[in-house]
Amino acid sequence: MKGRIHDLDVVGRPESLTVLSALSAVTTHLGLAATVNSTFNEPYEVARRLATLDHLSGGRAAWNVVTSWDAFTGENFRRGGYLAEADRYTRAKEFLQTARELWDSWASDALPRADGRFVRPGGIGFFEHTGQHFDIRGRFDVPRPPQGNPVIIQAGDSEEGREFAASSSDVIFSRHSKLEEGRTFYRDVKSRLAKYGRTADDLKILPAVTYVLGDTQEEAEERAAEIRRAQVGPQTAILFLEAIWGRDLSEYDPDGPLPDVEPDLSTDVSKGRAQFRRDRAETAAKWRALAEEKNLSIRELVIETAAPQTFVGTALSVAEEIDHFVQTDAADGFIFVPHLTPGGLDDLVDKVVPLLQEKGVFRADYTGPTLRHHLGLKELS
Amino acid sequence: MSLHLAVALDGAGWHPAAWRAEGAEPDRLFTAGYWADLVIEAERGLLDWVTFEDSLSLQSSRYDAPDDRLDQVRGRLDAVLLAAAVAPLTSKIGLIPTTSVTHTEPFHVAIGIASLDYASKGRAGWRPRVSGRPDEAAHFGRREFPPFDPGNSEFVDALFREASDAVEVVRRLWDSWEDDAEIRDATTGRFIDRDRLHYIDFQGEFFSVKGPSITPRPPQGQPLITALGHSTRPYEFAAENADVLYVTPTDRDDARRIVEEVRELNPGLKVFADLVVFLGDHKARLDELDGAPLESDAHVFEGTPAQLADLLLDWGFEGYRLRPGVLPHDLTAITRGLVPELQARGAFRTAYETPDLRGRLGLGRPASRYARVS
Repeated sequence: MKGRIHDLDVVGRPESLTVLSALSAVTTHLGLAATVNSTFNEPYEVARRLATLDHLSGGRAAWNVVTSWDAFTGENFRRGGYLAEADRYTRAKEFLQTARELWDSWASDALPRADGRFVRPGGIGFFEHTGQHFDIRGRFDVPRPPQGNPVIIQAGDSEEGREFAASSSDVIFSRHSKLEEGRTFYRDVKSRLAKYGRTADDLKILPAVTYVLGDTQEEAEERAAEIRRAQVGPQTAILFLEAIWGRDLSEYDPDGPLPDVEPDLSTDVSKGRAQFRRDRAETAAKWRALAEEKNLSIRELVIETAAPQTFVGTALSVAEEIDHFVQTDAADGFIFVPHLTPGGLDDLVDKVVPLLQEKGVFRADYTGPTLRHHLGLKELS
Repeated sequence: MSLHLAVALDGAGWHPAAWRAEGAEPDRLFTAGYWADLVIEAERGLLDWVTFEDSLSLQSSRYDAPDDRLDQVRGRLDAVLLAAAVAPLTSKIGLIPTTSVTHTEPFHVAIGIASLDYASKGRAGWRPRVSGRPDEAAHFGRREFPPFDPGNSEFVDALFREASDAVEVVRRLWDSWEDDAEIRDATTGRFIDRDRLHYIDFQGEFFSVKGPSITPRPPQGQPLITALGHSTRPYEFAAENADVLYVTPTDRDDARRIVEEVRELNPGLKVFADLVVFLGDHKARLDELDGAPLESDAHVFEGTPAQLADLLLDWGFEGYRLRPGVLPHDLTAITRGLVPELQARGAFRTAYETPDLRGRLGLGRPASRYARVS
């Protein structure tokens, strides 16, 4: 919006693979998942960097495959611009397919390193990929990763995204953190696996979830409300609204009523997102109705509409809820998103994990070296 | 005077048959532990920095294309990630990975090296290199290169112009967050001061980059940039863009000639000489195994640590980058043989003095080019 740099959230981050490589040196079993977009990268480079992380960590690397939609990001790269939504998906699919061809181009026993032979004849194959997005050939330069292929994580929720995950991901990073919704999603995605020759165990569904603990249910809920209030400051509330209204609302009082003007649907900051434009009109109407009904200020409205934390309760009730999700096929596990970093996962580890271990539903110790092993995924030859 | 000493790490060492030498560890080449052991040993010897070689194609005995040899080391790990993996296990030594500037996006290089500078608390450097081979270009499929010919000066010149643009972009991106851009002001809810983040608006012959970086300004401000050159065009590139240039003289007179040429281009550039070193008499046996005497772009030294110390002091460079013929043997001979020899002559440090890599070369921490003078 306005071409200005957003200043209200924590911004700035390290390059994911570099920081995970550093972390690989000071951990021994933990999986290390790098988010790397397939829009402004090239398969040869991403494949060699992920293979490197897998070697350095002894088989603990994962790739969270994402696509990038915004043209601003594109202005930083040779390819430039942005891709239409449909092209982003076909590129992501072809990108992953190509990366797998590169990892698989080395035999797992390519390097005897004995009797004068470092490489065995035929150990390093040629690759050749000709497709809509990539036309590359040659020989890959990193030995086959310890896991064969790193674990592939994907977050798509659309029809295309679900199909992509069913065909080629190991993990879905899902947004469905409510029980019924989770079960529906779980059934839907798992039912798509058979046509790709895969079984229910080959794709793990891990919703992204937040949590708040308290000594009592009331205390936990109070803390959860406090966290939501802290997350939505006055300026953040206005900015949130501006994203939907598509116009400058800086003159409005965050503690006052909603703007009297209607959203401007002609502007669209995220180019190529038609769906987002339709959603904006609907969202604005819904919000206006809600604010009138409950007599909410701008900030109160944004707090009210912010997604509530997934699990709120005592350590025991949260442990039971987590287990219930898994036992009733709403999830295979979870990706916890702490509201604070660092330290935001401490009480999960200290209080909830021991209860899950007592129940016998979470490992008491690591039983293998690789992330594929932790996740119960088949070893690749 | 005190010398600067760096070591160049690559595979099993710089001799193509190094993996077959006594004490070599070919089975550990692709493990983090192998590289950690080497860099910890280099730090034990108080060396200035280690460099990590890299390329976007398999090693080859030919300079212009891949080969089919099975008796030499093939396969490598990404150098930036390798450097990051040894960063938490060391505390003083500089870490300088190589990346291609022909195919790798400068934006990705900038955030990778900045992240390495954070992970190592100010010990990161970078060695940009150009990739002229058509087989390497075919791994990316974005453009076709002619058969590689170093004599094709028009092509080589374009590669270096592009490389200069890439370095310029990386340097601007490192500066695109001023040092105090993160204000974390709870009262106004602002995490950053947007006036202290800058678009770099680079538009060049080969690409455009808008910026700003996504990674805050690295601890050193500008991590150390080093480049290798064998002739005038790369010297010019280094003179324009680098802090340190590695050159490859064949003898003392050649050294003098090269230094004169470089000084004219940029009197402030630090010039180091590269040498392949065998501390002992193991080279002949390796030549025999490989089927030919070692060929190298750099002078190949064979002898004792005392003889090497004589040569280093005689040639008169302020620093050297030594390429161990065999790892870990020749590295250990440097740290435990050459270093004490130089220390005894008062020509090498007896303790690390500065925490960051730039400081080790007497380079200060530059202000961001975008910082307003107030």
